[in-house]
Amino acid sequence: MTFHNLPALQVVIPLISAPLCFLLRRATPAWLLSVAVSWICLAISVLLLRHVLGVGPISYHMGGWMPPWGIEYRVDLLNAFVLVLVSGIGAVVLPYARRSVLFEVGNRRAYLFYTAFLLCLTGLLGMTTTGDAFNVFVFLEISSLASYILISMGRDRRALTASFQYLVMGTIGGTFILIAIGFMYISTGTLNMADLARRLPEVMQMRTVQVAFAFFTVGIGLKLAMFPLHLWLPNAYTYAPSAATSFLASTSTKVAIYLLLRFAYDVFGMPFSFHAMPFGPILLALSSIAILFASVGAIFQNNIKRMFAYSSVAQIGYITLGIGMATATGLTAGILHLFNHALMKGALFLAIGCIVPRLNSMQLADMAGLGRRMPWTMAAIVIAGFSLVGMPLTVGFISKWYLVMAALQKGWWWLALLILVGSLLALIYVWRVIEAAYLREPNPGRDLTAIREAPLSMLVPTWILVLANIWFGINPHLTVGTAGRAAAMLMGLGS
Amino acid sequence: MTGHLVLRVVAKLLLPLILLFALYVQFHGDFGPGGGFQAGVIFAAGFILYALIFGVRQGRRVLPGWLAHNLVAVGLLIYAGTGVATLALGGNFLDYNVLAHAPAEGQELGIMLIEFGVGVAVSSAMIIIVYMFAGRGEDDGEEDRE
Amino acid sequence: MSTFLGLYNYWIVVLLMMGGFYVVIAQGNLIKKVVGLNIFQTSVFILYISMGKVHGATAPIIARGYHLYTNPIPSVLILTAIVVGVATTAVGSALVVRIYEAYGTMEEDEIHDQDKSL
Repeated sequence: MTFHNLPALQVVIPLISAPLCFLLRRATPAWLLSVAVSWICLAISVLLLRHVLGVGPISYHMGGWMPPWGIEYRVDLLNAFVLVLVSGIGAVVLPYARRSVLFEVGNRRAYLFYTAFLLCLTGLLGMTTTGDAFNVFVFLEISSLASYILISMGRDRRALTASFQYLVMGTIGGTFILIAIGFMYISTGTLNMADLARRLPEVMQMRTVQVAFAFFTVGIGLKLAMFPLHLWLPNAYTYAPSAATSFLASTSTKVAIYLLLRFAYDVFGMPFSFHAMPFGPILLALSSIAILFASVGAIFQNNIKRMFAYSSVAQIGYITLGIGMATATGLTAGILHLFNHALMKGALFLAIGCIVPRLNSMQLADMAGLGRRMPWTMAAIVIAGFSLVGMPLTVGFISKWYLVMAALQKGWWWLALLILVGSLLALIYVWRVIEAAYLREPNPGRDLTAIREAPLSMLVPTWILVLANIWFGINPHLTVGTAGRAAAMLMGLGS
Repeated sequence: MTGHLVLRVVAKLLLPLILLFALYVQFHGDFGPGGGFQAGVIFAAGFILYALIFGVRQGRRVLPGWLAHNLVAVGLLIYAGTGVATLALGGNFLDYNVLAHAPAEGQELGIMLIEFGVGVAVSSAMIIIVYMFAGRGEDDGEEDRE
Repeated sequence: MSTFLGLYNYWIVVLLMMGGFYVVIAQGNLIKKVVGLNIFQTSVFILYISMGKVHGATAPIIARGYHLYTNPIPSVLILTAIVVGVATTAVGSALVVRIYEAYGTMEEDEIHDQDKSL
């Protein structure tokens, strides 16, 4: 097994360890296996990214069959970037998960959590690596089913209804994507994405292709929580176990956005998506509404997890705003914010997960005066919150900067204004958290003296992500460079 | 179902036929309709019929819950293990050509192995589903109720 | 009229798809939603399988004397999609069972009321 097989190993290693985890039955061996596997996956994706940055795209033939007849795994710059993100978040969340899962899921069922987590990781990595359209659907359903299971393991009984609602909406989304793939296959006769990109321009006028694009956009919109298809997200993120929320918030929507990028820019091509179909205006309109309404919705929440779940919908609006602009800077901003938002929300939800075992509550009112009892955790929330708002020295600033620049480049000053208004709204709800934790006295009758700081095994991964926020904010060359090159590649292939 | 003599006798007569048919469908997957998933479901249907007629507790004595539990994982491991074997033998992942001395034999062997893995995994999964759902009302001790 | 009769497989697809979708949205009982989801997915299966059929061709298994075979790829794709549908139904039904045990009801509006009162 040489370097040549790395694209396959990226998906196979978590796939094999999931049943091994299932057989292990006990919490600690399952956790150890999961942590080891996630770190191996991170190493593989970093190696793949380095190869792609240095040499060029990798093409791997599954089963030895030549594409387009066989399934091809194709790793290029956009792919590798998202792969590193997904495996990185997994590698950080799993060491954190031990204490968190023990508290929220329980010792008896912990091995099931890790099995579902590994399957979700497999699905996400597979979706990102593959170059075959139907393979995308298969891995999409694997990761979706695993995430329904992950979400349903929350302590509150509302986790069950949240998971069911997500299941119904997610399955409809997946079936829409299946229909789209079917129509693409009917019109071109191939399922390989590179081959589809070659053949679709010839049949562009056929209504089948237009309907395929429409079905695909709606289906993937359900998965990435594009307004107004985001209704499953607040409940799902609020009631899921904290480790699951952090992982899903940082990865599953991002991989769905990657698929949208891949199909809209690469497979269907920019001339079709932006000139034949009103993809750009629709994305811009829905993103703007998402940013405004979801941010306002977040301000009025009393449950801190639900507040940041609504905030996620708004931030996804920023990413799709960048994608909808169809310029190099806009696309760079969108891909960059994809990475940065994962860092921000990952850190935030990990920190909130630190609070939950100590405080046993997710209400903002109960967090009064927490800043003094849990200084490190609240400091993590503060820094990640500032990154969300877009303060300088954090990653949030870099993405907002590129978004505003892209908007001004097209002369849309009203869009730049909208982005700034969104940041102001974010400041309001982040300030609510800071005010509750630092500036208010603990509620009478709520004895906070028993609350200690979170354990080190949970604090260290949280702070790794928080420091990543700052480090990539001060030193953005790697992320901006890769995002810029990926954007250029997408636009070059499309135009 | 103690009083239903006809049902019990017919179920006992049918069960081996069902299982035999499942094996037929499994191994004739490359010559006719069939394959791992279909065979796994038919195989499980035999056990489910037994559990329906004689009760889940009796069904659990025939095929214990822990066995079905573990067979799901083992089935998936057989499938993935075939792939890893092809990797170890020098080919791409799931490149069956390297599994035997000639590509044709390798393809046959590879397909048979992975379909077997799929059949095992699917049949055990179906049986677990029935045990979990139907056995929920009965007091079955500390079997996993997840 | 010939268009209607010639494309009857697509009409069936449309009927099933919209029927299943309507059941998912309109029915309050959770089990009925799962059933609606199943009908919705079945329509997609028919779409795929019917697109693979070649007129005057035999089943895609190599046999002597036959030169035209239907496309085997849609059948293979649909097998995978059927398994996905079964897995989704299993997970959905398991969730419904757990919801019933936790809430005491399977009706969506009653569950909503119980959650609202919190």
